[in-house]
Amino acid sequence: MREELLALLEKNSRMGLNEIAVLLGTNEESILKEIEILEKEGVICGYNTLIDWEKTSIEKVTALIEVRVTPQRGQGFDNIAERIYNYPEVKSVYLISGGFDLLVILEEKSLREISNFVSDKLAPLDTILSTATHFILKKYKDYGIILTKKHEDEREIITP
Amino acid sequence: MTKELSEKIINIKPSGIRKFFDLVSEMKDVISLGVGEPDFDTPWHIRDEGIYSLEKGKTFYTSNSGLKELRQEIVNYIKRTQNIEYNPLKEVIVTVGGSEAIDIGLRALINDGEEVIIPQPSYVSYEPCAILANAKPVIINLKSEDDFRLKPKDLINSITPKTKVLILPYPNNPTGAIMEKEDLEAIRKIIIDNDLYVMSDEIYSELSYKGKHISIASLEGMKERTILINGFSKSYAMTGWRLGYALAPEHIIKQMTKIHQFAIMCAPTTSQYAAIEALKNGDDDVSSMRQAYNQRRRFLLNEFKEMGLECFEPFGAFYVFPCIKEFGLSSEEFAKKLLQEEKVAAIPGSAFGNSGEGYLRISYAYSLKNLKEAMERLRRFVDKLRCK
Repeated sequence: MREELLALLEKNSRMGLNEIAVLLGTNEESILKEIEILEKEGVICGYNTLIDWEKTSIEKVTALIEVRVTPQRGQGFDNIAERIYNYPEVKSVYLISGGFDLLVILEEKSLREISNFVSDKLAPLDTILSTATHFILKKYKDYGIILTKKHEDEREIITP
Repeated sequence: MTKELSEKIINIKPSGIRKFFDLVSEMKDVISLGVGEPDFDTPWHIRDEGIYSLEKGKTFYTSNSGLKELRQEIVNYIKRTQNIEYNPLKEVIVTVGGSEAIDIGLRALINDGEEVIIPQPSYVSYEPCAILANAKPVIINLKSEDDFRLKPKDLINSITPKTKVLILPYPNNPTGAIMEKEDLEAIRKIIIDNDLYVMSDEIYSELSYKGKHISIASLEGMKERTILINGFSKSYAMTGWRLGYALAPEHIIKQMTKIHQFAIMCAPTTSQYAAIEALKNGDDDVSSMRQAYNQRRRFLLNEFKEMGLECFEPFGAFYVFPCIKEFGLSSEEFAKKLLQEEKVAAIPGSAFGNSGEGYLRISYAYSLKNLKEAMERLRRFVDKLRCK
């Protein structure tokens, strides 16, 4: 049940306990209990809303920043990652295999703010060797949801 | 021209579904529960293989019985799901949907006037295909108290010296009924004692919600007398690709291939390439679609329970078959009224045979959102009828 429950919540965290219970063929109490356990274990870390900001009047700019760093003795990348992820404007930080080390996703109101962040805060950090900033121009799909077009049911209304 | 057309064809009634379709197509904003095909798109990796095959210019006929690699994959699939061994070169034919397999299978088996037993309610084309093959259809009316399973008693009662074929349509469209191993065992001996062929239409085999589907061909003494029909439409959401297949003993496939070769030539090449990918790498898609269907199935059953609408629990396909006898309307009247008053299209059970009278086929090949809205409307409709 756990996997199916997580899959449902990942798609729609607002689904009611009652509805989840019906869909999974169990009762509300056991769903509630399982969710509490999942939250306690940190399997469920939060409940977000997927927003297409482009459809609002609110300006947002998202950048992906590739960061190359010198790992520190005894700390690896953890220390530098922490220094970066503590900035609230940083949405995500990943350790990446391949040509660079950390991928930082940054969300700001304007290009200037992003460039300020990179030049004032990120680049000067001691262990950082280089950064490469990529701006997101258009989101086609985010978190498994296609944002660019609506899916329409093109089936015949009635088929055998 | 004054010469009459074929009497046999003229006398075949058009599908009851078609009649209803004409009614629906004139209306706007209808919420439909009337389709017999998945709402999912064909998984992208399968579509991609189809596209790739086109890019590579694989646009020629294949051999009559289908691409060898596809037949091999079909055989592998049946081996891993049913543990039955078939020879990919001699015991498989790739067809234009399961529908074609039904048609050519019956034509290969039947001599004029021999009888084909058809349990109903069931898919609309068995009876006409039997008639086209010059068979005499013998209908078994399945009962809701048997969960619409085929019972030995009913089978025995409909067997005559002329009986040639039993059609076994499980998991069932429109009832959602399944036949479990013990149900199959119970009819196995009767089939063998009376030396019948079985046409087992297992197109919904992957959509089984109570353990794995079991094919009758896997039972002792059955493989040699069974045409096992399956396809890609329901399990991989590939209806428009028109691809199915039949597995049967060599001497039957040989005759079926003759009809196929002259009437069809071969199944669509692009679809065959895509289907290889489906069988090789599609298991996860199938299981995630099955999970989604199962959730919707539970949702609908719960809704009916809350509405007080009688419904047996179906464990297969993507249909539920609630009983509407309490309202004193025929299923066609009920469906028409539901369409006119609440703009919900569901198919009257009577379209699938007389024993479907008093029932409604509701498909859950729709998003939960769609189903919720439809159930709200149905609830309003049912309440209104009860108040009268």
